Amino acid sequence: MTVPAPYYLALSAVLFALGTAGVLVRRSALVVFMSIELMLNAVNLTFVTFARLHQSIDGQLLVFFVLVVAATEVVIGLAIIVDIFRSRDTVDVDDVDLLRG
Amino acid sequence: MTGAPIPVVPLLAVLIPLLPLLGWAVLGLWGRRWGRRTVALVACGTVTASFVAACLVLRALLALSSGDRHVAIDLYRWIAAGPITIPMGLLVDTLSVAMALVVSGVGALIHVYSVGYMADDEGFARYFAYMNLFMAAMLTLTLAGNLVVMFIGWEGVGLCSYLLIAFWFTRPAAARAGVKAFIVTRLGDVGFLLGIFLAFALFGTADFTVMTRTAAARLPEGGAAATVLALLLFLGATGKSAQLPLYVWLPDAMEGPTPVSALIHAATMVTAGVYMIARMHAVYARAPLAMDVVAAVGAVTAIFAAASALVEPDIKRVLAYSTISQIGYMFLGVGVGAWGAGMFHLTSHAFFKALLFLAAGSVMHALGGTTDMWQMGGLLRRLPPTAAAFAIGALSLAGIPPLVGFFSKDQILSDVFHRGHVWLWALGIAAAGLTAFYIVRAFALTFVAAPGADTPPRDHHRHDPPRAMAWPMGGLALLSIAGGALGWSFTHPGVLEQWLRPAVEAGIVQNAPAAAGGAQGGGEAALVATSVAVAAAGMILAWRVYARRTLHGRSPSSVVGDILAHQFYIEAMYDAAIVAPSRALARMAEALDRDVIDGAVTGIGSALAAGGQVLRKAQSGFLRRYAAFMLIGALLILAYWMLAGGISR
Repeated sequence: MTVPAPYYLALSAVLFALGTAGVLVRRSALVVFMSIELMLNAVNLTFVTFARLHQSIDGQLLVFFVLVVAATEVVIGLAIIVDIFRSRDTVDVDDVDLLRG
Repeated sequence: MTGAPIPVVPLLAVLIPLLPLLGWAVLGLWGRRWGRRTVALVACGTVTASFVAACLVLRALLALSSGDRHVAIDLYRWIAAGPITIPMGLLVDTLSVAMALVVSGVGALIHVYSVGYMADDEGFARYFAYMNLFMAAMLTLTLAGNLVVMFIGWEGVGLCSYLLIAFWFTRPAAARAGVKAFIVTRLGDVGFLLGIFLAFALFGTADFTVMTRTAAARLPEGGAAATVLALLLFLGATGKSAQLPLYVWLPDAMEGPTPVSALIHAATMVTAGVYMIARMHAVYARAPLAMDVVAAVGAVTAIFAAASALVEPDIKRVLAYSTISQIGYMFLGVGVGAWGAGMFHLTSHAFFKALLFLAAGSVMHALGGTTDMWQMGGLLRRLPPTAAAFAIGALSLAGIPPLVGFFSKDQILSDVFHRGHVWLWALGIAAAGLTAFYIVRAFALTFVAAPGADTPPRDHHRHDPPRAMAWPMGGLALLSIAGGALGWSFTHPGVLEQWLRPAVEAGIVQNAPAAAGGAQGGGEAALVATSVAVAAAGMILAWRVYARRTLHGRSPSSVVGDILAHQFYIEAMYDAAIVAPSRALARMAEALDRDVIDGAVTGIGSALAAGGQVLRKAQSGFLRRYAAFMLIGALLILAYWMLAGGISR
């Protein structure tokens, strides 16, 4: 028995919405970061679902790209967050507003 | 063109304008650091050397037969454009040598005079640099072999005139007068330039020799081509020579130092128009209508300016109007085809008018710069040599024999009469009477009349001129007395006219025998008697009115006096018709520039700045707000796709 595609898509949408909400409402840089990962993986799930639905390898291929990019992003992003924490003693994104016009 | 090859003449001819040019360069570069003595030596030396070179050229020409006195020198090819080639050409013939002698000779005397006159001026070196540049330009104009080279000199003297009128540029009146002279003469120069273009169109060249030789063949007598060309060139001449209607700059030009007025605005530059017409005589001879215009303008200007001088209180401006009037005579002369007589009057006018200006400058020098004749008076005993010099110049100007002015003016009037222009002759005689009146008035007010009560006392500073000023006046006085020898004859052309004849009659087809016929002995005497009698009457009248009185006040005003004092309101008409509208236009343009154009430019700037102020609020620096914007943007794009029917196939 196989789970029909719409369920996967619904799950993916829910995960994406959760991630989006996390990015918008949470102030801790780490949590925002985790929320972004959640969004990325929601999208990954969508890709895989469609890949199976259309019997096409393209979606799965793209997932690998996303994973690699996400990994590098984590490396750089975490380094930035650590650096911010060292210099300002906080990781609250609302306090980091050097670019305010 | 012709003549035995005499290599010395081209060399000397080049040196004549080149020496003052060198003087200008040297004085302009180092004059400020040199002592006054060196500056004076360089300035006077170069001009004197030019005069000597001109004398040597004269000697070389005298050695040739009269038909061969014509040396065209093409130094190098200056402009080559398609079918047109313009060489840097000089032309040495009897006409240009005579003019060069007058220019460099009078110029040298006035340079020497300036050494004394400008001795205490801060701009000593600058003054002499400009003067040398002027001499270079004027001699270029004189010796030019074609119209384009003449135009260099023509504009060069205009520039120097501007620089020297506005020499004391810290005085607003002087600066204004310089600009006025520049702009007004520029109007005439437009005509001159168009004339040059037309000459190229008609002849394919602007070379004087070629034009003189081919004018008769190329221009139909009385045809439109010749008439338009002659009138365009004459327009240039009216500007440069201060004739109606472009005379207005010359009286104001008296703001410059007095030697400048003597050299540029009496003796040389302002007569350039007459010289140019004599140079282009072959073209004018083909255009009788243009000749009539020239003669009429000359005659009307002569009487108009003489009338304006009648009531003028400023001694230099009297002489300025006198210059305008006398140049009118010259144009009257060349306008009736009396080229030689016109050039003779040019020469004699250079002598006696320069003398009058130098004498006036000597008076001003003694009085500390006063030019108002109503504040002078009684200077005869204080400045006897100056008074004598002024008297000689005045008598010459009035046309009293045996001074030079008598011969030259009479030559013109008799030529005018014999060529059948009786009305113009009558105008000329009337102007002669006015001339005698105003110059005796000036003499009487300055030297004879008893000073009035309102005359400021200044006995502490009355002195005769220094030697540097006295000698040139003496030289010019001598020339004013003896210069008559150049024209000593009644029944046949004088020395100068005979000398000029090969140059000014070449290329003219005589379809009627020379108008000045034989049987004129008795008539001539009557003409001479008339003009002398009119002049004497004017002089006596002026003497009776002005010499005996004391200077307690100006003449009572009257309608006629008012009209004369405002020069028939011509200047006011210019003001109303040209100056005021130009000013209004300029103000409008300024407002347009400031409010509309500048407003648009700064408006764009401030609008952008204001927009930036609004937009910067969006750059809050809050990460989460940026994320929200991205989300909204993504949703909007998504909505657009959905409404538009999916991603394009």
